[in-house]
Amino acid sequence: MPWILSQGFTMPEFLSAWAAAFGSDFMADQLIPALNRGLWVTLALILPSATLGILLGVIIGSLRTFGPKLIRRITDGYSVIIRGTPLVVQLFILYFGLPNLGIYFEPYTAAVIGFTLCSSAYHSEYIRGGLMSIKRGQMLAAQALGFSGMKALIWIIIPQAVRRALPGCGNELVYLIKYSSLAYIVTCIELTGEGKVIASRTFRFTEVFLVVGLYYLALVTVASYCLHKLEQKLYIPGFGRSSR
Amino acid sequence: MDSLIAVREALPYLVQGAAVTITAVVGAMGLGLLIGVPMAVGQVYGNRPVRFLVGLYVWFFRGVPVLVLLFLFYFGLFSLMGLNLNALAAATLVLGLTSAAYQSQIFRGAIQAISRGQLQAAKALGMSDIMGIRTIILPQALRLSIPGWSNEYSIILKDSALAFVLGTSEIMARTHFVASRTYQHLPLYITAGVLYFILTWAGMRALRQLERKTRIPGYSHG
Repeated sequence: MPWILSQGFTMPEFLSAWAAAFGSDFMADQLIPALNRGLWVTLALILPSATLGILLGVIIGSLRTFGPKLIRRITDGYSVIIRGTPLVVQLFILYFGLPNLGIYFEPYTAAVIGFTLCSSAYHSEYIRGGLMSIKRGQMLAAQALGFSGMKALIWIIIPQAVRRALPGCGNELVYLIKYSSLAYIVTCIELTGEGKVIASRTFRFTEVFLVVGLYYLALVTVASYCLHKLEQKLYIPGFGRSSR
Repeated sequence: MDSLIAVREALPYLVQGAAVTITAVVGAMGLGLLIGVPMAVGQVYGNRPVRFLVGLYVWFFRGVPVLVLLFLFYFGLFSLMGLNLNALAAATLVLGLTSAAYQSQIFRGAIQAISRGQLQAAKALGMSDIMGIRTIILPQALRLSIPGWSNEYSIILKDSALAFVLGTSEIMARTHFVASRTYQHLPLYITAGVLYFILTWAGMRALRQLERKTRIPGYSHG
């Protein structure tokens, strides 16, 4: 320290030089406030899409497993088509394509609808897998014990199927967090969009997108942690993921 | 029907885009394989620092959206590193690096499914670690990985549609280009969707074929 002082530096000056060199004025004044604004939009995209996606996924997954043949065909087709095409294409159809038919969506609405439809198709796959992994005999046994079909479904089949489907559905939620960045492409300015605007104005692409990446990493890490906790909470000793 | 004419006229142009998409996907899968296998081996058999580094890599590339990675690398890091890549090469590289993170986890699962005793047996027969892993473990693990791999193919194929934000002339960019000139957005984007669907389906089929071809009669892992 005496050496620095003897060179004519005072401490605050030294710090502010360091801060300017590493661009923390830029970080604090411009980048972080903008990204925080974007974060709220991202959360406002994810939360309804995740909730509606799971709900729709449960309905479609159940229809694909227990529905009458025609319904099964249709819902299977829905899932295969959605899972076989990129989410960008689906968003483009919703946002740029449907106006050809006179249907107009706000960017935010288009994004939420797209995310919901897409994640419901993936959820339905895991839920169907979970339901099918429960042996048919359990239903028969429940009925032999006097359960009605519906009661057996609610008290016997679903509690097990949920546990089997949880890892897959959790993964899908994490994917949804990451793919919410596509909302930017249909001009809904969320986290990635805010980052892109600032980066294009200041040409600081590396810093901006590293920080944007950290925001997503934080979201994904927190979500994975919560899902892991939930899995542990629901864990029943002896009821493995693959054992029947 | 304006829309049908627009689709018919655009189709050859879009199919050329499919070739670009396939180039990017095949390149990315190959790169992911090349980096993913050593990473998986490192994560299973490596020492602490190796395992930590692989874990960090996987955490980063699996936690950041592909779109952000494309922006970060193409506009940021690649030019900082002095790499002057065109959009297709950059997109392929980024998709490959991302895929490496996912593929390493597929291979890790497969390697862990092979019982540890096999490597010990290989050592008892005088093989070195590397030789045992290369000639005993990996041939079995790679066969086990094919189903996971075909899943990964369909994910990369769909992610490759994002390369259009860099201006890569693949299916999506071409569709967007034609659509914004002809205003036939809906039929053109549906066409793009159909192209992707065909590519997904064909690729999955090819990989199932590969699984059947590489199967060893009478062999089940364990």
